[in-house]
Amino acid sequence: MSMLAYLIPISLGLGLLGLATFLWALRSGQYEDLDGAAERILYDEDHPK
Amino acid sequence: MTAAVNRLPAGELRLASHPLGDGRFRTDLSLPGMHCGGCVARVEKALSALDGVESARANLSSRRVAVTWQSPEPPPLGPALDALGFEAHLPSGDAQGGNAEHTRLVRALAVAGFAAMNVMALSVAVWSGAASETRDLFHWISAAIALPALAYSGRVFFASAWQALRHGRTNMDVPISIGVVLAFAMSLYDTIEGQPHAYFDASISLLFFLLIGRTLDHMMRERARAGVTGLRRLVAYGATVVGADGSRDHIPVEEIVPGMRILVAAGERIPVDAVVLEGRSDIDTALATGESTPLAAAPGAELRAGTLNLTGPLTIRATAAARDSFLAEMVRLMETVESARSGYRRIADRASRLYAPVVHAAAFLAFLGWLWATGDWHRALGVAVAVLIITCPCALGLAVPMVQVVAARRLFERGIMVKDGSALERLAEADTVLFDKTGTLTLGRARLINRTAIGEEALIAAASIAGYSRHPHSLALAGTVAGNRTFDAVAERPGLGVEARCGAEVWRLGRAEWALAEASGQSGTVLSRDGAWVASFVFEDQPRPGTAAACAELAQLGMAIEIVSGDRSAPVAALAREAGIASVQSAMLPGDKVAHIAALEADGARVLMVGDGLNDAPALAAAHVSMAPANAADIGRQSADLVFLHPGLDAVPFAVGIARRAARLVRQNFALAVAYNAVALPLAAAGLLTPLIAALAMSASSLLVVANALRLSAHAPSRALQRAEPRRRRELVPA
Repeated sequence: MSMLAYLIPISLGLGLLGLATFLWALRSGQYEDLDGAAERILYDEDHPK
Repeated sequence: MTAAVNRLPAGELRLASHPLGDGRFRTDLSLPGMHCGGCVARVEKALSALDGVESARANLSSRRVAVTWQSPEPPPLGPALDALGFEAHLPSGDAQGGNAEHTRLVRALAVAGFAAMNVMALSVAVWSGAASETRDLFHWISAAIALPALAYSGRVFFASAWQALRHGRTNMDVPISIGVVLAFAMSLYDTIEGQPHAYFDASISLLFFLLIGRTLDHMMRERARAGVTGLRRLVAYGATVVGADGSRDHIPVEEIVPGMRILVAAGERIPVDAVVLEGRSDIDTALATGESTPLAAAPGAELRAGTLNLTGPLTIRATAAARDSFLAEMVRLMETVESARSGYRRIADRASRLYAPVVHAAAFLAFLGWLWATGDWHRALGVAVAVLIITCPCALGLAVPMVQVVAARRLFERGIMVKDGSALERLAEADTVLFDKTGTLTLGRARLINRTAIGEEALIAAASIAGYSRHPHSLALAGTVAGNRTFDAVAERPGLGVEARCGAEVWRLGRAEWALAEASGQSGTVLSRDGAWVASFVFEDQPRPGTAAACAELAQLGMAIEIVSGDRSAPVAALAREAGIASVQSAMLPGDKVAHIAALEADGARVLMVGDGLNDAPALAAAHVSMAPANAADIGRQSADLVFLHPGLDAVPFAVGIARRAARLVRQNFALAVAYNAVALPLAAAGLLTPLIAALAMSASSLLVVANALRLSAHAPSRALQRAEPRRRRELVPA
């Protein structure tokens, strides 16, 4: 039973991490242009430095 | 295309931009033609290269580009895009409000999804037989997850339910909120007491499913709204006003007062009602009055706001302020019409009005029954909550939006935008179609119809001369024949026609009274050489493709068809014969159309109005449901429930067909949900419902409803697939 003491917090923590990542992605506008993002990768110019 | 950005004066672009402070501006442009990654790259590159442009960011999903610039004069965005072959429009309305609501819903959905998954994982452990202390621990953790998630994600429903209750009404959100909150409170009590059953998973996954339905519904409306506002706007933001000292200012339309002198270049809209002071031109009034032939404008002529100046520059004197102009008059008429749809209650609301009392009564009866039979308060309350949870309209909440989203998707593939779900429900009920003529049954574009009667040489000469003018008749002529004839000099005489010189010969193409040396009683458009008649041209408004077929299809769907037009009766009758429509009303004023609709509705008909003009806007608002083509006037498009983008009129029967099938599926879904309740409710009332059964039953009924909704897209007729807009192949080499 003692493993529950850390397994459950770990599982919840990972879930929260996923939720936080999604909310961050939403806030930073990554879902604004789903069609464009898929196409942009074919055209973006590289700037190797 | 009239209000494309490349033709707008610089001042107009400035008025349409948002100031960002310290001299910087942001301009949003709509580019309907942008459809691949290559376009995005070209647009951003070209705009960023302009002087004064700080950044340009294109959005392929919404077909828009946001340009940030800092310079005294707006950069030449329109011409730059024009050079690339993109037509830019100023989007009307702002996109910010809807986006905030969308973000709120997606956040609530994400939180509810996270909580539902974790609570469900813990519940599975409990169902598989976790023993006393572990079970209590899991219940406590579930409660700790569910409480904040309910508080955050549940607000969407709680707020709406509270609004409804405060106004003494009830909607679908009331039973949802009561069920969710009671389930949580009851489970929390049981957790404190160390009882074996808790419904945290049921209450939070219920919220999750319902939020999916709510978010889909919202996305459907957003998409249509973005599409509709992205189309060209017809009302000018501003106008060039000439001061007493001859100075020229570009001011917003709202600041125009009667008496001001205004310059209107060829290709611009008349901003307010006015009289012509100087200049001659032709005025396209198709959108305002439905008349298909352009009117000549000479000094003294009265012009209406919203009409289009075609051929020559005009100086006009405002006779009314913007708020008293024709356009504003139409808006007022729209506000005063007794709209049939304001009284319309959505099917989900009607269902919940019956459903909520039944469910609440059943729960209350179960409570009384158990209390009377056992005398155990806690047991009785537990059963009552179980009844509320199991009957909580999870499937009902998904039943309608799911079908409507799939239907909207099908319509979108065919270039038809639906404003919201209620439009689909109302469209399915429609049994009478009223068509406007100019711009709706016709394209509002002239077509030469006596081509065979004209000699080849005369036609080539006319087409070559016509190439110099933007008059609709010239545009129609210019495209009729290959071959070209050169002239020494060509000049347009606004309001009259086009004059061309070839050596000593003078050719004239235009109004008969002007082109011919002696009055011959002829009228219409003629070609003359040195004042002598060469050829006459007869034009007709070009019908939309598939008009007759669409009317036949509508008749087959059992709909009565009628034309209501503001145009004269001769052209209307001719078109009605061609389209096979027996019932015709012509020369109708905007108010007449509204009255006609009211009379039909009073007889019990459900009217679908299809129209495009300013003069149709009140009728569009008054009808039970309305459709407008994409080239309709702004105000008409905004009052229409559906907007179709492709020129073909086949969009109308297609939309009606889809709406009716959607209505059938919604009814089936309701039947499924009711059948599910008929089975589950006795179980719950008998006290046999465990959290495991509740979770299974709820998920199963939701899946069933969703699967049934998807049938709408499953057996798509192949015809629809062929007509879908072909997606251009991606080019892998940057242009």
